[in-house]
Amino acid sequence: MANQVDTNRRRFLIAATGAAGGVAATAVALPFVGSMLPSERAKAAGAPVEVDVSKIEPGAMITEEWRGKPVWIVNRTQEMLDALAKNNDNLSDPMLQVTSQQPDYCNNPDRSIKSNMLVLVGICTHLGCSPSPKLQPGNDMGADWTGGFFCPCHGSKFDLAGRVFKGSPAPVNLVVPPHKYISDGLLVVGVDAQGEA
Amino acid sequence: MGKYMTSVLGWVDQRFPLTSNLKAHLTEYYAPKNFNFWYFFGSLALLVLVLQILTGIFLTMNYKPDADLAFASVEYIMRDVSWGWLIRYMHSTGASMFFVVVYLHMFRGLIYGSYRNPRELIWLFGVGIFLVLMGEAFFGYLLPWGQMSYWGAQVIINLFASIPFIGPDVALWLRGDYTVSDATLNRFFAFHVIALPLVLLGLVVAHIIALHEVGSNNPDGVEIKKNKDPVTHIPLDGIPFHPYYTVKDIVGVTVFLIVFSAVLFFAPEMGGYFLEANNFIPADPLKTPAHIAPVWYFTPYYSILRAVPPIMNSQFPGVAAMGLSVVIFALLPWLDRSPVKSIRYRGNLYKSWLAAFVVSFIVLGYLGTKPSNVWGTFGADVAILGGADVATVVARIFTLVYFLFFVLMPWYSSRDKTKAVPERVTA
Repeated sequence: MANQVDTNRRRFLIAATGAAGGVAATAVALPFVGSMLPSERAKAAGAPVEVDVSKIEPGAMITEEWRGKPVWIVNRTQEMLDALAKNNDNLSDPMLQVTSQQPDYCNNPDRSIKSNMLVLVGICTHLGCSPSPKLQPGNDMGADWTGGFFCPCHGSKFDLAGRVFKGSPAPVNLVVPPHKYISDGLLVVGVDAQGEA
Repeated sequence: MGKYMTSVLGWVDQRFPLTSNLKAHLTEYYAPKNFNFWYFFGSLALLVLVLQILTGIFLTMNYKPDADLAFASVEYIMRDVSWGWLIRYMHSTGASMFFVVVYLHMFRGLIYGSYRNPRELIWLFGVGIFLVLMGEAFFGYLLPWGQMSYWGAQVIINLFASIPFIGPDVALWLRGDYTVSDATLNRFFAFHVIALPLVLLGLVVAHIIALHEVGSNNPDGVEIKKNKDPVTHIPLDGIPFHPYYTVKDIVGVTVFLIVFSAVLFFAPEMGGYFLEANNFIPADPLKTPAHIAPVWYFTPYYSILRAVPPIMNSQFPGVAAMGLSVVIFALLPWLDRSPVKSIRYRGNLYKSWLAAFVVSFIVLGYLGTKPSNVWGTFGADVAILGGADVATVVARIFTLVYFLFFVLMPWYSSRDKTKAVPERVTA
């Protein structure tokens, strides 16, 4: 009897040891996985940026950097704004149904707080290239072109409200980042009434 | 002297299985006697692996994995480090030649059915090696911190961002920042020089151990272990790997090194296919180059990615198709239902499908290096296709052929007319 192996006891001990080891291994893996998340320094560098928009000429665009991404600010002329509605039939999401692409206060036909001032993250929603501004109508984009952005990587096209044209590989409209005006000509990107992004 | 050596060897052998391992893997590993041209590429892959590790070690002596210093440190290696240009170009040429050799090695497996029973595990380890190799190439390509490095990494990481629900967080975790940045470069360096090479070496050892356990396949797909000498138990159609195939491989190595040197010394950029022109411009996070394309060895899969249209506002189907196009190779041992292994005894049905697959791979590869409007668009008067990019439509057709080669294989491989397989290997 003394030499007999208690197989049930052995099986239980193997399972218990295995389970405890598995829990321990998972717990040890967590800090390693977590160490690959953005560091405190990277998070701090992602803080909001202030931009003086009072000197942008009508029809002109400037590019600022927020979280390492290009943020475009376009001072649209009245003609540019008037042309937006003409594109509606050719757009994938003209009525802004994918609400994640802009804050609620920009869910309007111009996708902006001040109707002339377009603020966009200049990163294509396809695979993250930065599209080229083609602000003027016509030119190399064809006679129908009313002004917008063209992504050189895979040919996605966007209008001057960052809305994507049908047939583009990009599935959704360009992102309007959270932003607010702290005075008439001073814009802050990365923060709004609801707080920091 | 000979007596002295024997006693040293004896001393070692009592403590470490040196002689028995040399016998098992070289002097008494019996390989089929009918190996042909296609059997050079396994040992050549090993040669390139050694070259990559060696040149890589010397490159790390001067390279700086820092977003502010990386680009300049590569230029420093190219211009100021003694022989730095040679070591760097050996490494960059080696990367492309690795894929040349591995693709030919895989094609050999395809045509002679080397993935079939009992070699499924060899094949699976091989697919693992291929995946790790792709990871190595991707991580390594970011290190020079040129425009192509930067935007290539941006695009590939964003593939993960398209995974439903968790995608954006996964991409953030992979980058370690809101955009491809110093943190990304630093970790890619760690993966490229430590993590993946270790995995790669482990898989190569497993690949070879599995091969030597079951024995090599051959152009006839005949199992040489079925016909052994009754006395010695050595396969009648087998010859010792050393000296027969080591000597044969020296010829392969010589020819390979001539080609390798020709590229290395006369066309290290290979007209933009091995090193892209835009990568000689430092990374600029605010400006995408006018045309970005991956290096040639990724372009067939990249074409598949572009060919699949977004479904329900998501590009994930394209990403999934691209991933599937790579890992589907792992299923070959179970998709192929042919009674024969080698193409020599298969019928025209299989041969036609294989030819269609090769053509698809090459056309997709070519299209992947070009913008999607390279062949213009269909005129508005063409039914259905009016206005579509010709190249995109072609890529879609060949993407379909690519997958049908695998999906229909159980059907066409079993119904194909095969020839009788001989009992012994043919000359």
